[in-house]
Amino acid sequence: MVKEKLVLEINDLVVNYETDNGTVHAVNGINLKLKQKQSVGIVGETGAGKTTTALAILNLIPQPTGIIKNGTIIVDGKNMLTISESDLRMMRGKGVSMIFQDPMTALNPVFTIGEQIAESVRIHEGVSNKDAMQRAIEMLEIVGIDKDRAYDYPHQLSGGMKQRVVIAIALACQAKLLIADEPTTALDVTIQAQVLELIRSYREKYDTAMILITHDLGIVAETCDEVAVMYAGVIVEYGTLEDIFNRTKHPYTEGLFNSLPNIIERRSKLTPIPGMVLDPTILPDGCVFADRCSYVIDTCRTTFQKDIAVSDTHIVRCSRYQEPGFNIKRMIA
Amino acid sequence: MKGLRKERGSSGFWGEVLKEFKKNKGAVTGFIVFSLIVLVAVLAVFLLDYKTQITKINIPEALQPSSWKHPFGTDQFGRDILNRILYGAHYSLLIGLCAVTISTAIGSMLGIIAGYFGGLVETIIMRTMDVISPIPSVLLAICIASAFGQSLISLMLAVGIVTVPAFARVARASVMSVREEEYIEAAKAIGASDINIIVKHVIPNSLPPILVQATMRVASAIIVGSSLSFLGLGVPAPKPEWGGMLAQGRSFLNTSTNMTLYPGLAIMITVLAINLIGDGVRDAMDPKLKR
Ligand SMILES: Nc1ncnc2c1ncn2[C@@H]1O[C@H](COP(=O)(O)OP(=O)(O)OP(=O)(O)O)[C@@H](O)[C@H]1O
Ligand SMILES: [Mg+2]
Repeated sequence: MVKEKLVLEINDLVVNYETDNGTVHAVNGINLKLKQKQSVGIVGETGAGKTTTALAILNLIPQPTGIIKNGTIIVDGKNMLTISESDLRMMRGKGVSMIFQDPMTALNPVFTIGEQIAESVRIHEGVSNKDAMQRAIEMLEIVGIDKDRAYDYPHQLSGGMKQRVVIAIALACQAKLLIADEPTTALDVTIQAQVLELIRSYREKYDTAMILITHDLGIVAETCDEVAVMYAGVIVEYGTLEDIFNRTKHPYTEGLFNSLPNIIERRSKLTPIPGMVLDPTILPDGCVFADRCSYVIDTCRTTFQKDIAVSDTHIVRCSRYQEPGFNIKRMIA
Repeated sequence: MKGLRKERGSSGFWGEVLKEFKKNKGAVTGFIVFSLIVLVAVLAVFLLDYKTQITKINIPEALQPSSWKHPFGTDQFGRDILNRILYGAHYSLLIGLCAVTISTAIGSMLGIIAGYFGGLVETIIMRTMDVISPIPSVLLAICIASAFGQSLISLMLAVGIVTVPAFARVARASVMSVREEEYIEAAKAIGASDINIIVKHVIPNSLPPILVQATMRVASAIIVGSSLSFLGLGVPAPKPEWGGMLAQGRSFLNTSTNMTLYPGLAIMITVLAINLIGDGVRDAMDPKLKR
């Protein structure tokens, strides 16, 4: 098999935030590889470090509190952490672009939406204002907004339309990698489906790779090829949809599934994961999930957790899989 | 392309602000009065002759009460007070507008840089502002006047410089809140440069509080300018600056109230009109700011 060119390669990424209350260990050693056309979903509860990872890829960690302690991030062959400021600006938008979490605030209130989409084209393509505006109008049509609305201001649009504009901005320069940070959380369910469909058809057309960040395992199942389950700044389990959904290995992933409402068997109880998320200022020696894990043994708390390959595609970060015959007992409906 | 620009009942932020401003009766009154004052000031400079109608001494007609010939009476040198007030309007307006333009330009630029970049740059700028702001404008005016001579320009500089810190602070605070907005991050994410972000995103969105501050400051700059002239540090006599006229009239309070009454009223009406505009601008922008 020919080695396919990687669009994204993250090696051992560590990101801290230096705050007044101590050092927040937001991301603690993440590895991620993404090929062209591939899409990976990052799931995990709030504070897991998903947005931080996304911002790190753009080298946009908020300064001066945020510090990339370690790691390399290579997008389309370029090291985002070491390239010059002007190359970095070229890469942002053209190499990798991001759809932000909150469409309500991601648009500038004083410019029309057409101007804002055109802006992104103008920065990268060096075209005239008129051509940029023309492109903006095409983008609006792609995301399903009437071209007459190009001269509207953000406050004149509904939330769903704003999110489409945000998407249009992100897509305008045909970046190789698209990062969508919870692109649909602010939207109602029907619009959610439309927006996801929109992103999907666009990716198909331009072979864009995508990282989709979400809390929603259902969305992941529909849109992604692979899944990274994140907990306390660590990817605890990584695999294909099949691996994660049907051959779940990590106790945390199991907990995520058990805390979902079960449609098939309505009487089954929701089982929330016991305990609270780890205080992000404390970095444990052992497993980050140890305090909430029902399979925990003493060595979990003391030994550093390594990635264990379950199969070619499936990786789990749980030292108990070194024990022969260990497996979690998943309550499958 | 042209056919696309359909009216959609709204013209963006500034259109809405204008609409809101027009609804405010006080602000509109203030605006009309202020426009009239500006008109009068301009006309007076062109229509009245400085040598013969403003400064020419005519002792036989000194200290006359109001009459058809001299509606506001005459001063101790027999000069028509109405003419002098009309002609003097442009000094106050120039001082107010130019001083505020100077301080808005310098102050907001410093504040925007401080707020956007933060860190050491911010510390240096803001600490410098802290050093400048307690200097009394009177003291500064004396220094500038003694260095560059007493003139309208010195006065503008004196009044302008002391208000720079106020603008720097407002601009910095405004920028700091805008800087946290997600659209700034989004702009960075599509590869916009710092300059681009400052010009297109930071400045337009930080402008409202700066503009409100600027309008209000025009009024206080006029007062400070007149006070300095009153103290003899501003526009030198015989130029009919309103503050200077007040100072002259002070010695004649018992015999001729006209000499102090009318310049005082002129200052009051001008300042009131500007403050009404300022209130209107603030109220018109406030609800929009929160959106
Ligand atoms: N600018 C910042 N300064 C300090 N700490 C931060 C900052 N941004 C994020 N953090 C902290 O870093 C950790 C990871 O945050 P991050 O935003 O990456 O989480 P997330 O997985 O995106 O969560 P959510 O699902 O709620 O969006 C959290 O503990 C958070 O409090
Ligand atoms: Mg997030």
